Order: sequence, then C-alpha cells, then structure tokens
Amino acid sequence: MTGLAFLIPIALGMGLVGLVAFLWSMRDGQYDDMDGAAARILIEEDEPLEKDA
Amino acid sequence: MNAPAPITAAAESALVSTRFTVPGMRCAGCIGKIERELPKIPGIIAARANFSAKRVAIRHDPALDEDRLIQALRDLGFEAQRLADNPLGTETEERKRLMRALGVAGFGMMNVMLLSVSIWSGADGPTRDLFHWLSALIAMPVIAYSGRPFFASAWMALSHRRTNMDVPISIGVILAAALSLYETIIGGGHAYFESAVMLLFFLLAGRALDAEMRTRTRAGIGALLGRMGKSASVIGPDGSTRRVPAAELEPGMLVLVAAGEALAADGEVTEGTSAIDNAMLTGESAPEPVAPGSVVHAGAINLSAPLRIRLTRVAEDTALAEIARLMDEAGQSRSHYVRIADRASRLYAPVVHSLAALAFIGWMMAGSGWHQSLTIAIAVLIITCPCAMGLAVPAAQVVASGALLKRGLLVKDGSALERLAECDIALLDKTGTLTLGEPRADIGALDAEARSLALGLAQTSRHPLSRGLAAALLREGVEPAVIDNVRETSGIGLTGRWQGQEVALERPEDTAQSLAARLRIGDTAQTITFADPLRGDAAATIAALQAEGIDASILSGDRSAPVDDVARTLGIFAQAEASPQAKLAALESLKAQGRRPLMVGDGLNDGPALAAAHASIAPGTASDASQQAADAVFIGEKLMPVALAVRVARRTMRIVRENFAFSIAYNALAVPLALFGLVTPLIAAIAMSLSSLVVVANSLRLARAAQENAA
Repeated sequence: MTGLAFLIPIALGMGLVGLVAFLWSMRDGQYDDMDGAAARILIEEDEPLEKDA
Repeated sequence: MNAPAPITAAAESALVSTRFTVPGMRCAGCIGKIERELPKIPGIIAARANFSAKRVAIRHDPALDEDRLIQALRDLGFEAQRLADNPLGTETEERKRLMRALGVAGFGMMNVMLLSVSIWSGADGPTRDLFHWLSALIAMPVIAYSGRPFFASAWMALSHRRTNMDVPISIGVILAAALSLYETIIGGGHAYFESAVMLLFFLLAGRALDAEMRTRTRAGIGALLGRMGKSASVIGPDGSTRRVPAAELEPGMLVLVAAGEALAADGEVTEGTSAIDNAMLTGESAPEPVAPGSVVHAGAINLSAPLRIRLTRVAEDTALAEIARLMDEAGQSRSHYVRIADRASRLYAPVVHSLAALAFIGWMMAGSGWHQSLTIAIAVLIITCPCAMGLAVPAAQVVASGALLKRGLLVKDGSALERLAECDIALLDKTGTLTLGEPRADIGALDAEARSLALGLAQTSRHPLSRGLAAALLREGVEPAVIDNVRETSGIGLTGRWQGQEVALERPEDTAQSLAARLRIGDTAQTITFADPLRGDAAATIAALQAEGIDASILSGDRSAPVDDVARTLGIFAQAEASPQAKLAALESLKAQGRRPLMVGDGLNDGPALAAAHASIAPGTASDASQQAADAVFIGEKLMPVALAVRVARRTMRIVRENFAFSIAYNALAVPLALFGLVTPLIAAIAMSLSSLVVVANSLRLARAAQENAA
C-alpha cells in the first residue's frame, strides 16, 4: 500500500503535465491554423519561389 | 520565412495591424509568396497568413493606408478585402473557453476514473475513503470549472422562466457532486464523481464540436458598406475640387467621379458619358452605359470616363444602405428558429424531473429513509442525463459538414443544416448563380497573332469584357503583344499601334448584341462574342432538387429576355426584373403560405432575400455581404453542391433522429434499473460511455453517405 503514496502523485503529476501542455499549445495558437501548418512544410525557404515557377 | 525583421521597441509601438480576407489563397506557394513578398514593400514590417481562415494580418506603418495594402496584395495576384477590426473575436473566445473546459474535464475524468476503477475492483475500508477524498479533491474544482458553460446557460434559461437542455444537465451534475461529497464525508460506499465528470466531458465534446462549426460565422454587415466609395471629389462653385468623406456628403452637391472610382452616394449624371459596373447592386454582368440624366447608385464603379454627378441621396438613404437595412431586418426572423436539441429537451426535461421526483417520493413512502431515497432519485437523474442526447446532434452535424466541405460546400453552423433539411421550395438567382456570372470570351476563331494582340489591348482595361477576354486568353497561355499608345475611349473601346498598324478592340456597330467586342488589326476586323454560360450541371442540379421534392424557380433582377431564355432551357418557372424589395416580398409571401424557401443567389440585390429565406446558399464568387447572409457557400463552377447540401442535410437529420431514438430507447431500459435502486456508479459509468460511443459511431456513417451521394 505504501506504493500508492508514490504512484498516485506520479499519475496526477503526469495528468497535470498533459493538461498544462494542452492549455499552453492552445494559448500559443497552435490550433488556429491547422491547414496552414500542413501547407507551410512545403514552403522552400532557401530558394525564392520565382525560380521554380 | 516568417520572422519579421528585428525592429526596436519604439518603432514597434507605432505600427498598426490590419487584417484582410484573401479567398484566393489556395496552396503553400500562396502563403510563401504573401509572407515573403509583402515585407519587401517599404512600410510593411511583417505579413502573417492564416490559411484555414483565408486571412492575412499585416503589420505596417500607419502611413500606409488600406487601399495601398489591398493594391500590394493585388499586385501579388490576390483579391483582398479589409476585415472589420475583430468581428470573429467573440466566437473564437467562446470556442477557446470550451476547449479549455474540455481539456480540464478530460484531465479530471482520467484521474478520477483511475481511482474509481480501484474502488470497483474491491478497495474498501480506509483505502476506499482515501480514494473517495482524492476523487473529491480532483472532481470538485474540475466540475466547478468545466461545468460553467452549462450552469451559466441553465441559469439564463431559468431566470427567463424557460428550460433548455442545460437545466437537467446542471441539476444532475450538481446533485451528483453534492451527494458524492456527502457520501465521502460520512464514509459511505457510493460516490458518483466519475459519472459527473464524465458526463461533463462528453457534453463539452458535443459543445466544442458545435462551436468549431460556427467559427466561420457571419461577420456582421459592416463589409457591405465597405464597398461603397469612402469619399468623393466635390466640385465647388469656383470649379475647384476637394475630397469630402462619404458621411459628410449632402444632396445637391456636384461631384466628379474619375474612371475606376466607386460612387459614394446616389445621384444623377449631369455631364459626361461612360459605362458603369453595377454588378454590386443588380448582379448584371454587362456594363451599363450612362449619359446625362442617368440615375446612378452608390457602390457602382465608373469604368471608362470621368462623370459629373449631382447627388440625390447620401449616406443612410442610398440604395445600398437600404439593402443593408433590409438584410439586417430580414435576418432577425432567423434568430427565432428553435434548434432540434432544444425542442427535444422541452419534451424531455419535464419527464426526467418528474421521474426523479416520483422515485424519491415512492421510496420515501416505501419507508426506506431520505438518504436512500435521495440516492436513488439522483441515480435516476444521472442515468437519464442526456449524455448521448448532447452528442446526438453535434456529432452528426460535424461529420456532415466535414463531408460537405470536401465536396466544395461550406456550411456555417448546425442550425443551417437543420433548416436546409426542411426546405421544400427553391428560388435561384440567374446571373452568377445559374450562370457563371462572368463574361466568357469565345476565342476559338482567333489565330495566334490576333490572340496576342487582343491580350495586349485587353489587359490594359478594367472593363468587364476586357477582363473576361484577358482571363480567357491567359488561361490559354497566350503571351501579350507589346502595343504602343494604348488609349481607352469611353463607350468605344481601346486603340493602339502595333508594328505600324492601328489595332483596336472596340464596341461592334451592331449594338443589339451587347456582349461582343470587335478586334481590328489594320483593315481586317473580327468579332469576339461573349457569353455568360449556364453552369454545366445546372439542369442536373434542378433535376436532383426535384428528386428531393423541391421545385425550383428563377427569381432574378435581370431583364426578362435573358431570364426567359434560361427558364426555357431549364424548363422551370421564372420571375424577372425583381428588385431587392420584390425578392424579399416573394420570399415573405411563400413563408406566409407555410412554405420553407431555399434561396440561392449571389448579388447584393439578393442579400435581403438570402437573409429572409428559411435557408440560403451563395456561390463563392458572391459579394461578401451575400456570403455573410447565406447559411452556406459553395465553391467552384458546379451548382451540384446545392442539391448535395439538401440531400446531405436531410440525411443528417435522419441520423440525428436515429440518435435521439437510440438515446430514448436506452433511457427506457436504464430508468427502471435506476428506479429500483440497482444502478451503482459502475453501471452508470459504463452505460454512459457506451451510449455516447454508439451515437458517435452512428454519426460517422454520414461521412460515407456523403461520398456515395456525390458519385
């Protein structure tokens, strides 16, 4: 039963970390532009677009 | 790519942010182009594109005005329009609040469930008490935080002496939490914390889905008046001109309207001949010739030559402002629409509450003491709490709107889907709705040289026919010829010199054929005809609507001759030359007869009708005001999404009714168990999640249904 003294705080702590991560990512605007994030990965940073057009 | 140039804090504070909607943003290349090219313009510090919302936020020097920024975006090849300062702010805030509440409820549910599973597996004595206390410690703040959207809404309803879905939910959750807390304090056996938190989690999931759909809602009517000219050059008695803001114009003033300028007020032409683009007001694509004596309206664009205009009606009295007012009023009736979930709860809540009260009274009379009687009454409330019901509607509607989005139709909210499903008659505008709304040039007869010359001339003009011709030629990959001395003469056309010959793109002598242009190279001339063709699947769409039992007819502001032509081709009834007021009246009379009209239109003149109709759809090329007034917007050259929308909406409502039927059947089975005191926290938790899963699974069938329909 003494194991519970460790395990319960660990479980709660992990849950809290997940919750904080979720709230932070939302505040950070990570869900504001879901389609854009998918498209941005295709942008070539080094070459200007005009070259391959 | 996205990092703004480093600037000092002092400079930063002087900058302003302006937001634009840029519907033409379609790929990663567009994002890259906007974010890379705009900051190269002096005065623009950074540009940030939001691809999902099709918006661009620009941080810039306040010295740069809106028109300059719109021009900069147009130079990159994007049509843009200024967005009102924060029209979507409240919607976004509500969605974020729901998402936060959902996150907190999810955290609480997982941790309380962890402890509850141990209790169900046989923990007892001090361990059980400890776990109950831990559960209470987690659950009470979680319920207080995540339950707020329901408590607030229930309180609102009760204080107006009404009831809604949130009343039984709030009562159930609060009683369950209170009883569990009491059980914990006295060291009793049953605590329902996990049921209360799980209930909140599932219901919040439904609410969050619903809010997600509404994030692209109407942004108010401000954008409409944005199209009107913002100022005008007033000619003083001494002949000098000065710019006067639209709000300070007065009837009787004489104004000078340059070519390409939008009119800021209604008036009468006193001097000059030109053509005006009235598409904003009438939806008519061909430019309208004006001469002294012609009446012109705010929002029209002067296309070719300067005009002097004597103002007759200004500011709030203009025809455009009148339409805005009509739209505003017509839209009011829609807010009285009661959504299906609330209609269901009006029947459901009294039944559930009477049952719980009867259970309490029954067990008290059977002599089992108030503690046990209350426990059973609360078990009845928890087990009947409309968990599956809260998900029944949003789950189906979100799946349906997602499927429709893939087919090119954007539905604004759940209530729009409910109203679409109920429509029984359809009224369609002609120009821009049944037809493509832009003149398409027939360039088949032109040879390569003629094509290149035509493009060289056409691309210098803002005239709709020139634009249509240039667009058609550019699509064919034609390179423009270099033409010198291009001049545009109002009402006649364009002339220029090419390799020593005179070339011209001008109005043909045969003026009866209004949608045509003549290309002259030296002495040879060719006529290019334009047509505003019907959308390819217009007839098929009308047949599909008829298959759903919806009769379609045309309601157009255009002249009778072209409207009758289209009506004959499609074999449907048509009403032509309808003013915005007449369109509104037609819809009101249909509604008075108990019909539920579906309006499909694009022009600003359709705006009031779109707002008044039971449900409305606008094409993506429609004016912003019309898109805002409409319940759904379809993108692309096909009309079929309109018929698809009705079909999927009806199918969605069938699924919603199935979901309701399932929820009721489940309650009919579970309530007797609860009434006889057989429901333990374990049974309540299993029943609740099982019913929610069944409802969600049933709703997912819609995704496949929309695909089948499309084929």
